[in-house]
Amino acid sequence: MTSHELAEVNPPPLQGQAAETAEEVGELSWWAHVLVGTLFGIVATKSEIISWFRIQEMFRFQSFHMYGVIGAAVAVGALSLFLIRRTRLRTVRGQDVSIPPKDLGTGARVAVGGGMFGLGWGLTGACPGPIYALLGNGVFIMIVVLASAVAGAWVYGHLRERLPH
Amino acid sequence: MMELLLQPWPWYVAGPLIGLMVPALLLLDNRTFGISSSYQHICAAIVPGRSSYFAYDWKKTGKWNLGLALGTLLGGVVAGTLLADPEPIAISAATQADLATLGLTDLSGFVPREVFNWVALASGPGLILMIGGGFLVGFGARYAGGCTSGHAIFGLADAQLPSLIAVIGFFVGGLISTWVLLPLIF
Repeated sequence: MTSHELAEVNPPPLQGQAAETAEEVGELSWWAHVLVGTLFGIVATKSEIISWFRIQEMFRFQSFHMYGVIGAAVAVGALSLFLIRRTRLRTVRGQDVSIPPKDLGTGARVAVGGGMFGLGWGLTGACPGPIYALLGNGVFIMIVVLASAVAGAWVYGHLRERLPH
Repeated sequence: MMELLLQPWPWYVAGPLIGLMVPALLLLDNRTFGISSSYQHICAAIVPGRSSYFAYDWKKTGKWNLGLALGTLLGGVVAGTLLADPEPIAISAATQADLATLGLTDLSGFVPREVFNWVALASGPGLILMIGGGFLVGFGARYAGGCTSGHAIFGLADAQLPSLIAVIGFFVGGLISTWVLLPLIF
């Protein structure tokens, strides 16, 4: 387990707050995350990035749409991170913002895992976020894709000791 | 205004909004944008098996992420009902022609109905696209340590090398599926 994963498993405890209050804050925070997800699901649906056909357009280089969405998202994300670091902004709970690095390892995990993910993305035409959004849009057959993806994660979890990372 | 909301949202509106997920989650509770870890949390909650990868307190670690995933689904419900667009998605003519050569001509939904349906689960193409594709998405995302949101958006926004390699991998894989596998499957 990397230090990043450990940090995720053990988030820093809240300072100077009673356990009850922490629980209430936790509940509120959970709903806030649901709300952020809801906005993401709406944008993903309305921009049609959940469409199998839009993914095909992208991999066939026949439309700029997907490149525009991802490119603009990266640009705004980068600008936000720059501003957060520059202004030393704190979280709504008053903690320092920590931006953990992704684990490179030997490079094998991102290269091979990334390639496998890409194969799946090209076949299902949906990455993890859109799979949930498609279910919400009434494309119930995606429950099969979701179950397969969870199964894939399960098998990875049981093979990871034997895989190059 | 309402009419604008119902129409497809252009990339220069949708892209920046998706980019704002990164600061929103960081400032809310120091979380980084990423959806595929929800698969790990689902396993940890329901069928952890014998792997140490799933041996942790999912409520403590993963509840926020499952909330994000649930919200994404609810967002689909909202957009699919209140904000539904009656017009079919305008796919480029070149893509339509390419897909027609594969025998896919029904472009009316979000997914090709000819393959993504319950009956097709018993067919080769249906099995490969839905079960095989889904499996690769879940396995690959967890192996790579992130998916489109975690690597392509958060990771690239933070100029992280692992994410750049992962995104190149995503793209190479997607190109192989599109140009090599799909013509073999159909």
